[in-house]
Amino acid sequence: MFAYYLDLALRSFRRNRVLTALMVLALGLGIGASITTLTVLKLLSGDPLPQKSARIFAPQIDPLPADSQTPAAKLWHSWGNLMTYTDAMNLLRARRAERQAVMALADSKITPQVPGRHPFFSDGVITTSDFFTMFDAKFEYGSGWSARDDEDRAHVVVVAGFLNDKLFGGKNSVGELIRVNDHDYRIVGVLKPWAPQPRFYAVSLGGRGYGNGDAVFLPLQAALADKVNPQTVNCFDANVDINHLETAPCAWVSLWVELKDAADAGAYQTFLSNYVAQQISLGRLHYPQVALPNLMEYLAQQQVVPEDARLQTGLAFGFLLICIVNTVGLLLAKCLRRSREIGVRRALGATRRAIFAQFMIESGMVGIAGGILGLVFAELGLWAVRHQPAQYAHLAHLDLSMFVATFAIALIASLIAGLLPAWRACVVAPAPQLKDA
Amino acid sequence: MQIQPIVSALRKHKLATALIALEIALACAVLVNATSMIVGRLSAMHINSGVDEASLGAIVVTGFDPKQANDLNARMVAGLRAIPGVQSVHVVSSVPFGSPWGSMGVTLDRKHYVTVPEFYEGGPGTPEALGLKLVAGRFPATDDYQPLQGYLPLSSRVLITRALAEKLWPGESPLGKEFWSGKNQFRVIGEAAHLMMSQYNEEGERGAQWTVFVPTQPGGQLSGTYLIRAKPQDLNRVMTAARAKVAKIAPDVVLDHDYSHTLPTLRTKFFATDRAMAGLLVGVIVALLGVTALGIVGLASFWVSQRTKQIGIRRALGATRGDILSYFQTENFLIVSFGIVLGVTFAIGINLVLMRHFEVARLPYWYLPVGAVVLWILGQLAVLAPALRAANVPPVVATRSV
Repeated sequence: MFAYYLDLALRSFRRNRVLTALMVLALGLGIGASITTLTVLKLLSGDPLPQKSARIFAPQIDPLPADSQTPAAKLWHSWGNLMTYTDAMNLLRARRAERQAVMALADSKITPQVPGRHPFFSDGVITTSDFFTMFDAKFEYGSGWSARDDEDRAHVVVVAGFLNDKLFGGKNSVGELIRVNDHDYRIVGVLKPWAPQPRFYAVSLGGRGYGNGDAVFLPLQAALADKVNPQTVNCFDANVDINHLETAPCAWVSLWVELKDAADAGAYQTFLSNYVAQQISLGRLHYPQVALPNLMEYLAQQQVVPEDARLQTGLAFGFLLICIVNTVGLLLAKCLRRSREIGVRRALGATRRAIFAQFMIESGMVGIAGGILGLVFAELGLWAVRHQPAQYAHLAHLDLSMFVATFAIALIASLIAGLLPAWRACVVAPAPQLKDA
Repeated sequence: MQIQPIVSALRKHKLATALIALEIALACAVLVNATSMIVGRLSAMHINSGVDEASLGAIVVTGFDPKQANDLNARMVAGLRAIPGVQSVHVVSSVPFGSPWGSMGVTLDRKHYVTVPEFYEGGPGTPEALGLKLVAGRFPATDDYQPLQGYLPLSSRVLITRALAEKLWPGESPLGKEFWSGKNQFRVIGEAAHLMMSQYNEEGERGAQWTVFVPTQPGGQLSGTYLIRAKPQDLNRVMTAARAKVAKIAPDVVLDHDYSHTLPTLRTKFFATDRAMAGLLVGVIVALLGVTALGIVGLASFWVSQRTKQIGIRRALGATRGDILSYFQTENFLIVSFGIVLGVTFAIGINLVLMRHFEVARLPYWYLPVGAVVLWILGQLAVLAPALRAANVPPVVATRSV
């Protein structure tokens, strides 16, 4: 029966070529626009560490002075998990989590040791030893540095694969010296390509949310000894000595921790509250509120997805809705025109259910055709997105799940569009139609 | 034209009529909201920076030891000034559309923060080189340019914009008045018409002008950013030469390729996303109107072919071609009007939702009648071809069995 209905549908398409083409075109446009924007939205709101994001947490405390007018939740919304150096290092050294790392971003000047090549700036992270294991950054050569190196202010560095390619032509450069911020650092590790999207740890530190990843990773205390300038420094007191960031009343580092499970997270939150309570009694802090969002909760709190991307998705689905209404109208026109054919089929014994099935199959086919066309439009749309001036632009590609989603959306859209006409078709009374002929 | 027969004909096709009207309504809602967003983006792009953009460029270098700042400033100013066509070179903290230097909360009483303006600093002659327009007071004199203590002089005589003056002292002249940021004191000596924040995003047009210009002596923290002034026709050539010359003047520093451009280029780069979004919205509107028109053509064609016999009878009874044509056009006008009534409600609803969740302005109400007119015209154009086909139905059709 199915094959017969397919054949009927094809015949009907052939009879009304222009009308069919219009339906497919409209549906294809709507689906293409929706898939393009959905792909971008999915890219932007993706999970940067899918295998362990539920176990990565961003502790938040309120470092503001006693007369601050800012509620803690509002502060966290704008400052993320920024902390003062003192608090971050206290929490780091307590070692109450499985893994923990303190970090800041610092644009780093790299001076190639080759005559004739100019120094250049690269995205740099200054951090502590657990950073690489906690965030699943894998090494091509060598490894990260040790907690001991942190405390000893060892001048060691981990470089990204792309920087290693640029400076050393991709060979194993472990043990080589490179000049960073006019100081010599010894390479201990070279990373495999590693660029979480969004770059969650950079969100509150003043970095870009998306992109190719960082080039150099320096030990925090060694970099501080070399007077490196962090990208974001938020101070909350007038008497700031910017040259002694370790003790300044400024939030400029963030702390991330890895915890085993939910119970462990509960225990860590208690530890955090106790720490803050203790600091309040010492007069260093003034507000008892703490928060411990996990990675995805943190990204939601920080609203990393650009407003434009959400607006575009809404717009595209509004457009798809119009296309569906349009298709309903055209399908209805087509099916009413065929009242006589339906009358004949009903008179010859076809049930209402059979007529309904026939028309649903016909609209399903319009949907599949619209889906294929939509895929073409989506590829075109994504090509256009890649030429947009946004950080994430070059990452916009159609993946398998979106490919499947295209057809699912197409089929569902067309079946919804087909419901009304198919129902109208199956309630056609056969007798008047035959009489009229 | 009698409307009564059209209405009763439409009553027999409630479903199809409702569908077209719904499509028009949705199109109307998206059309006016998208247009309003486009206009919002485009008007943001016309922000007045307050400076002579066409004559200005910036060179930004980084990666030098702060101890060498004075030496670097001297070499850069001398080296850049030697480029033919350069009228002046000034050490500044930042330029409009450049990388922001710093924002600080300010108070009038040293206790309660009023707002957070952005601070510009520059060496002697900078306000004149920028081309700031004063509405009151005077430009800083030579002895107003004071040495820095860290990031700011302890006490300085500054220019502020009219927008900031209005925020700090509504309705009063700001001249001679004082404000504070931490332990730094500022006294206003001049009021500029405009000077935009280097990068703005949150406060919108009004907040984008909350700025202070602090006259300072170059050196220390004020180093690495250079304002170049040249005749507009020379500017591109001068800036290309300047970028190339940095490597000769100071081989160890790094030129910031993102921010070392003419101000017109920086403006274009700054608004690139807005332009892309506006382009996308225009694309959506065009596709939307196209799909809506196709829907009307499709349904109207169907009606025409369904009513061929009826049309033939009317023609045989004496109706002219014009009568048939105007029948279909009036019918379309009625359906579209019905859709517009519904669409206006949708449009306002969508706008309210958007305003709650996004940075979208309230819909100017005059957009609604304009949107309605556009859809009426679209409907009339779309129905024209099917209606003409209907008008060409010969009366003899009526006598045939279909």
